[in-house]
Amino acid sequence: MPGSSGRGELHPRSGENDMALDAERQRALIAQRHGGTTRRPWAIVDRDGFPYWLVALAVFLAWMGYRIATNDRYNEGAAFIDDGLITTVRITVFSFLLALGLGLVAGLGRIARNPIVRNVARTYIEFVRGIPILVMIFVVAFIVFTSVNGWLDRPNRSSSEIKFIVAIGIFYGAYLAEVFRGGIESIPPGQTEAGRSLGLSQRQTMRTIVLPQALRNMLPAIGNDLIACFKDSSLGTLLAVGEITHKTKLYGGTNFDYRAAYFVLAFMYLSITLVLSLLVSWYSDRLSAGRAR
Amino acid sequence: MNELNDPATRSVPPMVEVRGLHMHFGSTYALRGVDLEVAQGEVVVVIGPSGSGKSTVLRCINLLETPTAGTVHVDGVQVNHKKADLNAIRAEVGMVFQQFNLFPHLSAVENVGLALRHVKKLSKRETAAIALAQLEIVGIPEKADAYPRELSGGQQQRVAIARALAMSPKVMLFDEPTSALDPEMIKEVLDVMLALAADGMTMVCVTHEMGFARGAANRMVFMDDGLVVEQGQPRELFEHAVEERTRQFFSQILKH
Repeated sequence: MPGSSGRGELHPRSGENDMALDAERQRALIAQRHGGTTRRPWAIVDRDGFPYWLVALAVFLAWMGYRIATNDRYNEGAAFIDDGLITTVRITVFSFLLALGLGLVAGLGRIARNPIVRNVARTYIEFVRGIPILVMIFVVAFIVFTSVNGWLDRPNRSSSEIKFIVAIGIFYGAYLAEVFRGGIESIPPGQTEAGRSLGLSQRQTMRTIVLPQALRNMLPAIGNDLIACFKDSSLGTLLAVGEITHKTKLYGGTNFDYRAAYFVLAFMYLSITLVLSLLVSWYSDRLSAGRAR
Repeated sequence: MNELNDPATRSVPPMVEVRGLHMHFGSTYALRGVDLEVAQGEVVVVIGPSGSGKSTVLRCINLLETPTAGTVHVDGVQVNHKKADLNAIRAEVGMVFQQFNLFPHLSAVENVGLALRHVKKLSKRETAAIALAQLEIVGIPEKADAYPRELSGGQQQRVAIARALAMSPKVMLFDEPTSALDPEMIKEVLDVMLALAADGMTMVCVTHEMGFARGAANRMVFMDDGLVVEQGQPRELFEHAVEERTRQFFSQILKH
């Protein structure tokens, strides 16, 4: 018998499988759009086959680590630069938390029923996406902070680290907003209807039904943005925030040993990024395995 | 439209009362003035061809769709009123969907308990007790910790029924509950629905299961093109349909 609800259920017989497939496809699509992968990079049997790339990177990193550990010049550079690691991590954590908050609000705003809310969210997203991150940092540090402090009649003495965190947070918030929107829209409307039909409010439905499912779909994309955000913390050097890139510049400038300084810096970014990326894949896999059970 | 002059339905105010329901999406009309009354404890089966508007009527009763015109009352309360407490009304109207719409990230017992916890604000222990009892009623207590993925279609739909029943609704709406099921699983879902009907639950079912209509329905409503064409007791309608359109529909679905 044909489905007569007239709402476009094309394959009434295979409903559940379709939904699973849809979720899978959506997840892949979201990940793809953000240049990520939903596959395990370290799995021995993988569609890509044995992860030679991972071995290659690991060997390369081991060689770099060995050079740094055994060469006095490199060693000295590393000792100076790693003072900035805490700052780098702090910037990444706080700016990304800010971005997640902004992204969630703007992402929800983007699909809100109220046209004013929708347009405000859209304005924010398009505004930020129309500005290079480099310019964004200067705009926030030299225009936004100066103006806001002026309006509040406060001395313009916010630390450059705060300015930088806010700039990066606003920037990544706009990109995460689209991730959130996509993730939420990937959940079939039937889920919301089921929640509402049970008497759950719109907010409760979002919090207990839609978001938990959407987050699983979004995780690869969020992880990607986290890694990008971590790498962009290097731009802190523009505001002389004492993170590792700035430290590297200082070290290179005072000792005239740019070779050692940037060798160490590249090693730090590459190793941390690789670990982060493996963690994200592992966690995404664990979540989707939890769902498949 | 023939009103049903059954004294049983006239003495008490109807549980569901739909009056002059119009619904259009843009310029396409889904409903063109539907009247429908369902008495307390009555089981009404709504049938009709694809696109006749039967699902839309159902979805208007708990306001998943907002009617363009007309009124919907549930237990005397006007549902499509500006000041109506929608969440409270919906909590008293259970709905079962064609595609089950179970929450895939929650186990069976969590599916059933979600609204108890968040709408009725029951404690964890009370929630678990009621949810388990409901799963027992639909016959799958052993699947309490299973996730929807691990359940057959029939089991999923039974969990969905338990989920709706857990809120102790005044009315249950069934929107083609067996249409997405493999044939061998239809019976287990219908059995649950039959038991529910025998138990005195007020039910409005959109379904093509004529066996169920014959066995459980007090009244059958035939809809076509956004209107109620004809209604009556199932046997009467099967055998002595007045309208040509109704007879034609029966001849099409009962042929094989």
